[in-house]
This record gives sequence, structure tokens and C-alpha cells, in this order.
Amino acid sequence: MCGIVGLHLLDGDLEPQLGQLLSAMLIQMTDRGPDSSGVAIYGDVVADGLLKYSCRAQRDSVDWRRVASECGATYVAHGDGAVLIAEPGLRERLEADGIRVVSTGSAVEVFKEVGLPAEVVQRFDVASRHGYQGIGHTRLATESAITTDGSHPFSTHDDLCVVHNGSFSNYFSVKRDLEAMGEEFLTKNDTEVAARLIGYEMSHGRDLGDALMVLQKQLDGFYTLLCATENQFAVVRDAVSCKPAVVAVHDRYVAMASEYRALTELPDIDNAKVFEPIPTEIYVWSRP
Amino acid sequence: MTVAAATVLDCDQRSVREINVELRNLEPGSVVRIVNPKGRHNLAVGLMKHLDITFAGSVGHYIGGLCDGVQIQIDGFCGWGVGENLMNGLIRVTGNASERAGATAHGGTLVVEGDAATRTGISLKGGAIAVGGDVGDFSMFMAQAGTLLIGGDAGEALGDSLYEAVIYVAGSVKSLGSDARHEELSDDDVTTVTQLCAIACFDHIEPQNVKRIASAKQLYHFDALKAQKY
Repeated sequence: MCGIVGLHLLDGDLEPQLGQLLSAMLIQMTDRGPDSSGVAIYGDVVADGLLKYSCRAQRDSVDWRRVASECGATYVAHGDGAVLIAEPGLRERLEADGIRVVSTGSAVEVFKEVGLPAEVVQRFDVASRHGYQGIGHTRLATESAITTDGSHPFSTHDDLCVVHNGSFSNYFSVKRDLEAMGEEFLTKNDTEVAARLIGYEMSHGRDLGDALMVLQKQLDGFYTLLCATENQFAVVRDAVSCKPAVVAVHDRYVAMASEYRALTELPDIDNAKVFEPIPTEIYVWSRP
Repeated sequence: MTVAAATVLDCDQRSVREINVELRNLEPGSVVRIVNPKGRHNLAVGLMKHLDITFAGSVGHYIGGLCDGVQIQIDGFCGWGVGENLMNGLIRVTGNASERAGATAHGGTLVVEGDAATRTGISLKGGAIAVGGDVGDFSMFMAQAGTLLIGGDAGEALGDSLYEAVIYVAGSVKSLGSDARHEELSDDDVTTVTQLCAIACFDHIEPQNVKRIASAKQLYHFDALKAQKY
């Protein structure tokens, strides 16, 4: 199964509520996957020349203040998570210090962990977060181990995040091709292959819509995918579309979820246009 | 004539099971309003009597499945398999329907005022489905009997491997499935479409201008000489 949710705000007045709305959506999807959960929050864009590093400690205790000062970074704690803001190029140094960099980008922050949505949302204080878009996932593991690294969202390139319901069948061959082109993989997970494929294509000049067309050609399997970049929010499904998806388009937001019940607490949802996205059609919403 | 006061069932106060038990215990002919459905699944299933049920809001999967004689109105969107295996009665969805609306229904009528997604009427065994808007890919796959009326356009592989069921389309068809073909529209067809439009309250369809799609019946019997072509 797996449950996916996403919210792309069109009305800036809703931005203070992003974390609260996204948390409620994800918790509604709990019984679609008990293994791990996570969210990506887009907001607080940093100045040019700086990068946000969403970090997770891989050892018992990390003195984030010390790490930040050694790297010339500032840091913000969000529950058990920490976001360092510093110049680009710090990933290797942080990883060498026993810190896993979960995402990098000028807008995105990723928090994910083994456990149910309610626990993970509370652990990283997601409900208090503001931002302009977010995606979330609760996982029923099929293609790789239940670990934090194997949790969604997968953020493989700056500001790119992918959540996935379904599974790919030919991902090992696509993974081999990507490795030959220089992509380094963290897990044996199929969704990481999809994320790296999209990221690879986008870093070679394609826009998100075209990168998703490449994905449709190269990856075989069943999928409902929700992707986000700094300014975009996209939904795509395979031709058979046996994995559920619902989209709600409102003047104030675009929302997507595995099931309608995740959308019921959104403001004025009764006046949104609610529909099931058409198989193979690539839906992309962009911020102005 | 007096109109019975509606029984109100609130999904915020009761579980799906409790609501279904209450519906089962109501007298035939009761009028019921179900409030705050909030996308819940499996409501109003397997009811073997006439009840007049309105859902005040969007619902989840498998609403009204297996019912025999109900009248259901859903004010909003509905999830997978609305009216799946419906035996008799009328279900109306005022918004869009998710995939496999009316799958395997034996009788009754399902009306979707908006669009219906993929696999609408898959394996239909009787009754009628009327969709005001578009239907998705693979609609009416292996449908055996009954009718689908499409007020808008149809997706890929419409009517693949049809048996005796008939499809009427007002708009365009992206592609026909194996063994489905366009046929001449008869006076009986126009009458059928006119009646179905009246039941569905559709006034945007011109019955004499719809396309009739039915089985070419070339897959009914195995042909040894075509063994390589199936």
C-alpha cells in the first residue's frame, strides 16, 4: 500500500498552517503503511550562496551547536531534527562526522524516521512549521529494508523530493545505468532510483515534466508518484493506475493524497475540484 | 402525502460498522441523511431493501456496493468502486467518481454527474450507468450485459472484449478495445438513451447523435487458424 499526501499552497495566507494541515493529512493515511513515515517542508528560502542541510545524527548524541560552529553554519532544531544553513559543499564533511544529510536545498527540509506518522510528526514538530508546500509519506515496505534511509521522501538532489506508492520492477537495471553515469546510491530502494533518475535528468537540463516523461519510458512497474522541486509540484501515475490517487484543486491550494479522507480537513474542501488524476498524464503545478 | 422526517446519522459520532448496522435496522422506505462522511469507505453496503440515503459530502471506496433496492445520493466526490455489484436501485454521484464505478453491477442505475475514472463498468452484468462527463481508460472491459452512456469523451480501449453490453458515447473515443466496434444507431437505441437521460436528468446529450459501440463478436469462439494472432 503506502500512503502519500501533498499540499502546494497558492494563497500565502495559508503558509503559517502548512505543517498543521500536512500533519493531519499524513496521520489520516496511517493505516496505509505502518513502517516508516516522513515529510518534506518547503519554506524559509535561504539567500543565494547558502544551502540548507537537513541532518540526522547517526551516533548517540550530537552537539549541533558545535557542529554548526565548526562548519561556519547556523542551525535550527526541529524536535529531534536539525537543519544547518551553510555554504554548499559540506555534505562529505558532515557525513564523515557521523551525520546523515537527509536533504539539501535552498527551500526543502526533510524529516523521516521509522515509525507511525503521528510519532514522526510529533518528533520533528511538523505541525508548527510554516511553508509554501509539503509532501508526506507513510510506508508499507516492499522493495527494501525498513530503515530511516529507506523511508520516503527521497531527496537525492537539491530541493528535489519524491514520494511513491507502488513498486518498480526493472529498477536494478536503471540503477546500473545511473551508477555508470556517476550517481551514487544510498539504499537498495526502488524509489531512490526514481528520484535519482528525475534528479539526473533535471541536472542535465530537463524540466520536471520532461524528466517525468523519461521516467515513464525507462521505469516499469506500478506507481503513483508525487514529486516536488523548489517551485513545482507534480503527480504522475503508470498506465494501469492500480494505486489510488485523488487531487483537489482549490483557489487557495492544490492538494494530492492516496485517498480523499486525507483531504477532509483542508479549508473549504467542499468547493475544491476533486478528481482522480488520469493515467500517464503528467500534472505539474508551478509557483508564480 | 406526508414526507417522512429524515434520520440523521453522523459519521463523526459513529464508526462505519455502527452506521451500517443502523441502516440495516431501519424500516424499509426510511429517509436517511448521513453527515460528515469525510471520505470514509464501505458505507451503505449490502442493503437489501429500499432506503433513501443522502451522503452530505464526499465519500471513500465501495459506497453502496451489493445493494438491492436502495436510492443513494452522494453530494460530492466518491472513491473506488461506487455501486460495485449493485443489484437494483439508483445511485447518484453529483461530483466525479474514482475508478471502477459500477463494476460488476447486475442491475439498477448508477448516475455520475461529473467524470468517472478508469475501468468504469468493468465486467458489467446488467443495469445501466450514465456518466455526464468523461470516462477513463479500459471502461466496460469484458462487460457482459447492461448499458453505459457517456455524456463526454471516452479514454483508451473502450469496451475491450465486450459481450452483450452496449455503450453510447456523445463525445469522442480515444481508442476502442479489442473486438469493440461502432454500429448503426437504431430507433430502439435512441429510445434507450432518451430514457436513460431522463432518469439521469441529463439535458446535454442529444440521443439521436450518440455513437453506439458494441461487440463485433469475433472473440466469442476460438479460431485455430488465428492461433498466432490472439
